[in-house]
Amino acid sequence: MKSILHRLSLIVGFLPTAALADWQLNLTRGVTSISRNAYDLHMLVLWVCTIIGVVVFGVMFWSIFHHRKSRGAQAAHFHESTTVEVIWTLVPFLILVGLAVPATRALIHIEDASDADMSILITGYQWKWHYKYLEDDVEFFSKLDQDSNRARMLGSGQDPASVENYLLEVDNPVVIPVGKKVRFLTTANDVIHAWWVPALGFKRDAIPGFVNESWALVEEPGIYRGQCAELCGRDHGFMPIVVDARPPEAYAAWVAEFKAKRAAVAQKQDPKRAWAREELVAHGAEVYAARCSDCHAADGSAVNGSAPSLAGGEIVLGAVDDLIDLVMFGTGEMHAFGGQLSDIDIAAVITFARNSFGNNAGDDLQPIKVAEFR
Amino acid sequence: MSHAAAHADHHDHHHGPAKGIGRWLYTTNHKDIGTMYMVFALIMFFIGGAMAMVIRAELFQPGLQLVDPQFFNSMTTMHALVMIFGAVMPAFVGLANWMVPVMIGAPDMALPRLNNWSFWIMPFAFLLLLSTLFLPGGAPAGGWTMYAPLVLQTGEAFPFLILAVHMMGISSVLGAINIIATIFNMRAPGMTYMKLPLFVWTWIITAFLLITSIPVLAGAVTMLLTDKYFGTSFFNAAGGGDPVMFQHIFWFFGHPEVYIMILPAFGIVSAIIPTFARKPLFGYESMVYATASIAFLSFIVWAHHMFTVGMPLAGELFFMYTTVLIAVPTGVKVFNWVATMWRGSMTFETPMLFALGFVVLFTIGGFSGLMLGVTPVDFQYHDTYFVVAHFHYVLVTGAVFSIMAATYYWLPKWTGHMYDERLGKLHFWSSVITVNILFFPQHFLGLAGMPRRIPDYAVQFTDFNMISSIGGFAFGLSQLLFLAVVIKCARGGEKATDRVWEGAEGLEWTLPSPAPYHSFTTPPIVR
Repeated sequence: MKSILHRLSLIVGFLPTAALADWQLNLTRGVTSISRNAYDLHMLVLWVCTIIGVVVFGVMFWSIFHHRKSRGAQAAHFHESTTVEVIWTLVPFLILVGLAVPATRALIHIEDASDADMSILITGYQWKWHYKYLEDDVEFFSKLDQDSNRARMLGSGQDPASVENYLLEVDNPVVIPVGKKVRFLTTANDVIHAWWVPALGFKRDAIPGFVNESWALVEEPGIYRGQCAELCGRDHGFMPIVVDARPPEAYAAWVAEFKAKRAAVAQKQDPKRAWAREELVAHGAEVYAARCSDCHAADGSAVNGSAPSLAGGEIVLGAVDDLIDLVMFGTGEMHAFGGQLSDIDIAAVITFARNSFGNNAGDDLQPIKVAEFR
Repeated sequence: MSHAAAHADHHDHHHGPAKGIGRWLYTTNHKDIGTMYMVFALIMFFIGGAMAMVIRAELFQPGLQLVDPQFFNSMTTMHALVMIFGAVMPAFVGLANWMVPVMIGAPDMALPRLNNWSFWIMPFAFLLLLSTLFLPGGAPAGGWTMYAPLVLQTGEAFPFLILAVHMMGISSVLGAINIIATIFNMRAPGMTYMKLPLFVWTWIITAFLLITSIPVLAGAVTMLLTDKYFGTSFFNAAGGGDPVMFQHIFWFFGHPEVYIMILPAFGIVSAIIPTFARKPLFGYESMVYATASIAFLSFIVWAHHMFTVGMPLAGELFFMYTTVLIAVPTGVKVFNWVATMWRGSMTFETPMLFALGFVVLFTIGGFSGLMLGVTPVDFQYHDTYFVVAHFHYVLVTGAVFSIMAATYYWLPKWTGHMYDERLGKLHFWSSVITVNILFFPQHFLGLAGMPRRIPDYAVQFTDFNMISSIGGFAFGLSQLLFLAVVIKCARGGEKATDRVWEGAEGLEWTLPSPAPYHSFTTPPIVR
């Protein structure tokens, strides 16, 4: 409440706020040739509109002020003139032609994704992004980070201002090298999303069944933030994008580090071996917190309008085969996780659900059994 | 002959309005039906407005305070559907019902019984749509654009949505057929096409847009229905379908729809400005041709709503060129209005104030429209608050302001009383100030990178959202003044003269105020 009053007082008093970015008025210039073209075109059209506006509204208000009855104005009787009609048809047309030339040039530049140095396949999911580096054999999911996710819950009682980069932070940023032409291939797994980082200067829809192409050559290292820009369901507002542009050497180091970590995890987790129930429950709890808690409550209770109760009932405690099927392939409401989770993850989260929230199935599900469903 | 005329008058005498609720249920009178359309639109305006208040309240500050994200999405979806199909379109149809027959000297609409039906479909369509708010799973939340595949995730509300859209569509098409039949067949002797008031002309063109585009929408939503329930895969990529095809079909309807909501507004403003400038409309013929050009262009620009779907370069260039071309005929209209004011003898009663507000603010919406048409920058603007600001400038300060202007302009003719000029002016000034506090900062939010249709936002967007919300609440409250003026005027007030406004021209002003229940039973002669 105090922060509201504080902000209100700032608004009323029109005092500058501490963070200047709060009052950003204009489009970003960005860090690519595409974003700079867009900015320049934006300013050009804005100035053209402003000048036309000043002239037209100027004439109109001059007339409103001088040609009013209360000042004794007598109405003239003219009501047509072919000459002026032709003039004010042709002049705007010529102005438009003048705008179309640089716009066409910029568009041709944007659509030329040829000769890219590397390609990243971006897949939109409800509500996260998946990145796959086609040349470097790197792939991962990227979703809203836990701090923002906790603070954004209805009635969380947490002040969003206390979370750094609220709603614009992810667990795994997409790392790209600067000075390289990176081709972004966008598609989606469920509904249409749109991948947009303003500093890169474009927005491209991620559409199931289509692969769209766009590109960026980022010139300056830095963290660039964006968001999904196509309504994609309940948590559309909560699937940010973070691009981490690094010098090529730092990028190469990141790829090497990513692969080393992945190898270490793979060594520890063998889907063919028999897993103990405690092991599965412990891992399942992590998977549940990371991947299920967007829709399902932490304690498994029903969430109005998003998820049924997981405590007791046929869904969780019924036939295991049906439950594996549900988790892997989904239904209208339940998302399909078969493509997103490993056999171990699925076995673990099902074992966890059947033995938590007051459920006491007392059994476990082995990863090797999940593999049969693939 | 004189006997026939006397008989007609005698006949009239016994056929005033019926008593009680039956008058409204069974009426075939264009004035009654026009009134019902207007009242219906006003109710929907407040329902849709209440939804907008929920949206602005949730967006007042970052974090979720009031509603679940799913309900927020329902609010944006329903707000749009209610305002477009429930408020703006029925208001224009209501104005056409009331004014077109009296402007062309006809006794009624050409198809009176059809007229009754096309109105009475509407309340049931909206009963269906609004009832989804109480269904388990909630109201539709996939956006008013109903993009597949997202809309196919809608729960029990889905068939209600599709059926409601079908019913609204049937109502609109029937209304459009009626308007065309009336204007083509029932003009008074001497009322040639190039003598028609511009409001009538814009409605001819609007009606053709409706007849052409609404069936396309009907097709699109029917395909959604079969995709959901009958195993087809029109829009399902996994079944060989194409989700982008939905957007093409939808916007082939959707762009003409945009002009359906603005062409009648052009007609209204073209009636009001000459009256209060006491000077004939400048460039009447060019106004007609400009309207027709805009209507034609509206069919070849649809893909500018979907530049980001990944079209071929040639497609993007084509739609960019056709889109910016619309600025030419629209510019002609604005220049003609300004030329009409030039060297006039202007007074500034409430209808004129709203008409002038329309010219300025609609033009600002036009400017941002031109900016959005430039494809390379649209990749930045698309689906941000810049778009939200743009279409609210053309729809609220455009379409809605014109409807309010029309209401103030013709209310004395409808009720026989002058409205309260002081309250009307107060309504105008509070509306025009607050609407700019509401929508102007949204340009900045969009440029700074805030996407539309999100219930919560990063903290750097807080200040402008707060300003916008305050403007929104104040604009919402201001509309209660409008309600007060209309009710007060309907109940009584200073007696209106026949001509009402000193500079008013046209057949409607030759009738007494209030206009009799049956007018022009013998056609007037137009010279």
